[in-house]
This record gives sequence, C-alpha cells and structure tokens, in this order.
Amino acid sequence: MSDEQTEAGNGLGRFLRGVRIDDQPIDFSLLLERIPYARFLGLEVRQMGDEIITELPASEHLTGNQNLPAVHGGVVGAMLEFTAVLQLLHDTDCERLPKTVDISIDYLRPTRADRKTFGQAIVTRRGRRVANVRCELWQQDRATPVAASHGHFVLAPVDA
Amino acid sequence: MFTAAIVNQHLQSIPHAKALGLQCYGVEDDFIEIILPYADHLIGDPDTGVVHGGAITALLDNASGFIARPGAIEPGGAAIATLDLRIDYLRPATAGRDIIARAEMVKGTRTISFIRARAYDNTIDDPVAISTAAFMMGTPNRKVG
Repeated sequence: MSDEQTEAGNGLGRFLRGVRIDDQPIDFSLLLERIPYARFLGLEVRQMGDEIITELPASEHLTGNQNLPAVHGGVVGAMLEFTAVLQLLHDTDCERLPKTVDISIDYLRPTRADRKTFGQAIVTRRGRRVANVRCELWQQDRATPVAASHGHFVLAPVDA
Repeated sequence: MFTAAIVNQHLQSIPHAKALGLQCYGVEDDFIEIILPYADHLIGDPDTGVVHGGAITALLDNASGFIARPGAIEPGGAAIATLDLRIDYLRPATAGRDIIARAEMVKGTRTISFIRARAYDNTIDDPVAISTAAFMMGTPNRKVG
C-alpha cells in the first residue's frame, strides 16, 4: 500500500500514534475525516483551548421521526459516544480509539431534525484502564440540553 | 400483531432507518428482529473495519421502539418517546457481518414500556451488545417548538 492510500484510508492507528510520538495536539477534524461513520453522519468538531464542541448539522438522512421532525435516537446516541471519545483522546495520551464498554443515554427533549446540534463531554473519572465520561447535547440553548449520557470507556488493554 | 411487511413499511418512513438500510429480519409473538446490513459507511474503526457503536445504538433503539408501540405505527398516530437507553458493548462486532437486533417487551403499561434487546452477528447466544430501554407512550406526534 502506498503512503498516499494509507493517508486516506487505513491509517487511524498510525495517525494517532504519529500524533502522540510527535507530542502534537490532535486535529480532531482530521481524525473524524478518517472515520467513515463520522463522515456518514456529517459530524464536525470545533476546538477552543481545552474545550471540544462537536457539531452535527441538520440533515434529512438523520431524521427518525418526520412528524416532529426529530433526529433519530440512534444518531443522538452516536453523537454522545463520539463526543465522549474525542474528549478522552484530548484529556489522555491514549494511542488508539477508546472502546465503549457501556453508555447510558437520557433523552431529555426532542432533538429537532431541522436544527444544528452541539455536544460537549467531561471526563468524570480517569483511571489507568477505564474512564467514566459524561456528555450533553443541546441545540439553541446550552442550558436546555436535549440529551445526556454517562458511559465507561476502555483506554488501554489489560496487558498494556 | 404486526407483520414483516408492516415493519418494513414503517422502516421505509424513517429517513435514518432507510439510510442505514434497516430491514425486518423476523417477527414472532414475543419479539421482533431487525437487521443492519454491513456497509462501509458504518465503519467506526477503519483499521479493523468494525461497525461503529453508534450504528448499533440506532439499530437497538429502532428495534426497541418498534416493539414498544405496535399501536402507534400509523402515520400521525400517537408517538412514543425514548426516555432512556443503556447499551453494554460485550464484544466488537465482526467486520463484514450484518448485525441483527432482537427486541422483547419486558413489561408494557399504559404510560411506560420496558424493553430489552440484544444485537448479534452470529448467534443470539453470543451478542455483541445488549440494551435496556424505557419508552413513554402517547406523546404528541406533531411539530414542536
């Protein structure tokens, strides 16, 4: 495989290791571009200092209920999971994508499919192998979240 | 009682279910199965080809919601709202394999339905994920805000 192909496709692990070895901050937009499912959702990310805000533009193909219209509950769950994982990659020096052990999602309000959604996570507890992360999504008003989650993520395998 | 045809018709009316390619896999008296066909755009880890957990979340949510509200399938009828959904990822899905979710109602009341579901890519006894969800019945199915 040429370097060019590696750049475009199979290099997520290499990308993360490369960033860690060079001790560079992670370009989260570049990271998301390498994940097909993130591209399918159209997930974006904005970083301001230590704050990582994920953004999901409104899109027809994310709709779960056309009458409201509301974003599919699975998309809400996926965004919460992505937001948690990005915050973990920022807060730790994990060299691979943290693996989700469990996630518990509270659907607080309808997530409107015709509005942009924002997300932010906080690492509640960071152990050597497992972390607990809380996350919230909101649309027009940060103070009225549409969904919240807490979950556990494996940072490193047991033999690491 | 609903049939595979009704389930598929309903899935066709959900844009995200269509985008994921969700199809009815089976309907029995006490459970429903929905299949998520493997596709490149669902990959969460390009190094392994494993499907992202979010796609499995969508599958489990859709299957669970379906069994929670057989009465509300008609367009414009009363909707249901997912109150919460907890998912345990027991093992990575196998790259290249379709994933099936089987959802069963644990308890249904007039207000709340409690649903358990399992997602598997080989046998039901070796699930990749399990979920527990609570749904609220009879929320207004109309434009909000």
